[in-house]
Amino acid sequence: MLTLRCPVCGIDADETELSPGGEAHLTRFGPDASDDDFHDYLFTRENPRGVHFERWRHSYGCGKWFHAARCTVTLEVFGTYSAQTTEPPAGIRAVIAEKRPGWSWRGLS
Amino acid sequence: MSDATDIHGGGGARVSGLADLRATGPQGMIVLRGDLADPGLRTAVGAVYAAAWPGAHGVSFAPPRGLCWMSPDEMLLLGPKDAVADDLAQLTAALGDQHALAVDVSDARCAFALSGPAAREVLAKLTPADLSPQAFGPGRIRRSRLAQVPAAFWMAEDGTTIHIVVFRSVAQYAWDLLVGATDPKAPVGLRQG
Repeated sequence: MLTLRCPVCGIDADETELSPGGEAHLTRFGPDASDDDFHDYLFTRENPRGVHFERWRHSYGCGKWFHAARCTVTLEVFGTYSAQTTEPPAGIRAVIAEKRPGWSWRGLS
Repeated sequence: MSDATDIHGGGGARVSGLADLRATGPQGMIVLRGDLADPGLRTAVGAVYAAAWPGAHGVSFAPPRGLCWMSPDEMLLLGPKDAVADDLAQLTAALGDQHALAVDVSDARCAFALSGPAAREVLAKLTPADLSPQAFGPGRIRRSRLAQVPAAFWMAEDGTTIHIVVFRSVAQYAWDLLVGATDPKAPVGLRQG
């Protein structure tokens, strides 16, 4: 069972109190985008074995969206952070780098 | 009118088992949305509600009114049902042109109370929330779920009564769950701290 700390209200929320929102840090391609970009935005997702960034909503609690960094293999949670970001913050990346040496994501590590 | 099965109207429904469960009847509720960290908002609420400002995850009462922290931008204001219109008018006037919203939601939710030494144990059967005395002491509120429906519950200052509010559309479901959880033949036997 996954337990994530909501960074908005600070509650340690059980997975069943949360709604999953899929992969985090997608770039929105809308009107005027190329067909390829729009296709990738709609359908292409990472499916990593290891570190993954996800969107979650504390739907049975404060109702706010947030991001979580976790490992899809061990279910280890590296941390949660604000949804108002376009990339994982340095603090989260440092935790991951320490626990998963050599890890990188879109050129960041 | 109230009777032994009425959870909606006048309240009065009551079941005793592992804990004492009752429907507490009509409750005035005003939802306030706005930035709770804003001192202006706090001043406006203070003009109408005498209760001390609760911190995050807290409730605060000055009977017959009270304040329940629901999220960083939501406060549930409790009061007598027949005084809601006046409270709301005063609050709206006090808020002035601040960026906030106050609405009468008295009919949106149903209120129950669960009391007795095993109240924590009974509620813990239905929710994943941490109800240990360390995490859920007097004056603490938690929004979570009861089985399949959302609920908010807070521990009263006496430390033995848990007040529960659920949406009225699922009140019967939540009540039936709680009745089942208080069945005297179904104790969990956790030590009550």
